[in-house]
Amino acid sequence: MIPVCPTNALPPGEATRVEADEPIAVFNVDGELYAIDDTCTHQDASLADGWLDGCAVECPLHASCFDLRTGKVSGPPAKRPVRTHRVVVQDDMIYVLPHPAEEGAA
Amino acid sequence: MSATVAVIGASLAGLSAARALRARSYEGRIVVVGDEVHAPYDRPPLSKEFLAGTASLEDIALGAPDDEALGLEWRLGTRAVGLDRHTRSVVLDDGSELRADGVVLATGARARRLPGSDGLDGVHVLRSLDDAIALREDLASARRLVVIGAGFIGAEVASTARALGLEVTVVETQPVPLAGPLGADMGAVCAGLHADRGTRLLVGTGVAGLVGTGRVQAVELTDGTRLPADVVVVGIGAVPNTEWLADSGVALGNGVLTDARGATNLPGVVAVGDCAAAWSPAAERHVRIEHWTNALEQPATAAATLLGATTPAPAPPPYFWSDQYGARIQFAGARRDGDVTRVVEGSCAERSFLVVYERDGHPVAVLAMNQPRLFTRWRRQLRSAVPSAS
Ligand SMILES: Cc1cc2nc3c(=O)[nH]c(=O)nc-3n(C[C@H](O)[C@H](O)[C@H](O)COP(=O)(O)OP(=O)(O)OC[C@H]3O[C@@H](n4cnc5c(N)ncnc54)[C@H](O)[C@@H]3O)c2cc1C
Ligand code: FES
Repeated sequence: MIPVCPTNALPPGEATRVEADEPIAVFNVDGELYAIDDTCTHQDASLADGWLDGCAVECPLHASCFDLRTGKVSGPPAKRPVRTHRVVVQDDMIYVLPHPAEEGAA
Repeated sequence: MSATVAVIGASLAGLSAARALRARSYEGRIVVVGDEVHAPYDRPPLSKEFLAGTASLEDIALGAPDDEALGLEWRLGTRAVGLDRHTRSVVLDDGSELRADGVVLATGARARRLPGSDGLDGVHVLRSLDDAIALREDLASARRLVVIGAGFIGAEVASTARALGLEVTVVETQPVPLAGPLGADMGAVCAGLHADRGTRLLVGTGVAGLVGTGRVQAVELTDGTRLPADVVVVGIGAVPNTEWLADSGVALGNGVLTDARGATNLPGVVAVGDCAAAWSPAAERHVRIEHWTNALEQPATAAATLLGATTPAPAPPPYFWSDQYGARIQFAGARRDGDVTRVVEGSCAERSFLVVYERDGHPVAVLAMNQPRLFTRWRRQLRSAVPSAS
């Protein structure tokens, strides 16, 4: 488990980036926490720098949108989805569990 | 009803139009005609990652797996040579005619060439995949590159070639590069990247001609200076591909003239992307935008128009980016001379900043270098602020 930050450091509408083997972006959508790969599958933009729109984030560079729940990309130029990761909250701390095994949606 | 839509031009705007038609539940035939033999690919990497050799052809393909489901008929390697307004047929260079109920003009633009440079080896323009492959091959064995024109494409080629280890000189006629899109002060800041990385930039100097027989050897400037060159890249702008429409009756200016919703003067014919000069209510004139995001977004409106919708067109502030020497430049909005620039974050000297252009105290455009997060927020803000400001 990778520690991200205290829960109060990630208010709704905000995103943060944590270093892992591949950097991970964590989002707070109206109190729900989501984690996906931080690096856009198109080029090297950080999705934590992107624009949150409901349950999707728009890449800050060329505007591909990724669904935070599934990692799916909605439109060009990105063609591949990002991976989703599990988020765990313990004692007011946010953690991510990188790249869960193929167990389906959490 | 078996309707047919002909999309002429198989690149970003054409593909986006085809996708938008399907997204609007158009179920008829869609025929996409493109004169290049390649399936649609992305042009921005041609001066950046693809030229550098770090992106492959597969990486820059525009097609996505889902596109199979669009059921498009491709006519690649085929050029449209005329449009008959009465039968709404597109005449193709193989002699056939394509009868259509709707036509999307998406023929883009081509690189402007330097007069007198034809037939000289080592002289390149950069617009197509074939151009990029030829340039990449030529750069591999070259030592000295001269780039004519310090616009975005010229600057990006200079940056990529510099990273490949070439000696690079950029020649610009204007006193300040990029003054048109960015204004003189910010154009100068961005052009400062050249010197940071050891590229020589010569401004306010015209090119008198190219020297060499068979292969280029030097670029001669109007002041008599000769710049030795193994390779020359001409980056002096682009011309819309509209000549084939000259006899069609479609209204032409600097591109195919359309209203704000992409409609031309001919019923059932719309135009999108780099070939289209759309009416801008804010600017009160036709504006031909030559940027990627426009070619992606505009077709959604034009496809709706073709299918009979008349809802007002969204007018997001124009957006473009450029990557040079590892710096990420982003710009959104509509700037004019006289707008006042204000640094909101960072500093120009540190090559990390966000600058807002203001008119009568209101933000009208925003420029950022290496500030994608903040830029995205400002770009969003402009999206909601701009329409009401006009
Ligand atoms: C090297 C380079 C780098 C760029 N970098 C950036 C960037 O960093 N950021 C940015 O915002 N924008 C950038 N752009 C601009 C962006 O790529 C264009 O705005 C975009 O490609 C326009 O798309 P389009 O489909 O309208 O036109 P095009 O991409 O020009 O496509 C038009 C297609 O139609 C074909 N065609 C022409 N005439 C005919 C005919 N008669 N019959 C059939 N087919 C025809 C052409 O061959 C071409 O394939 C760059 C462009 C280039 C060339
Ligand atoms: S880097 Fe994300 S869409 Fe291009």
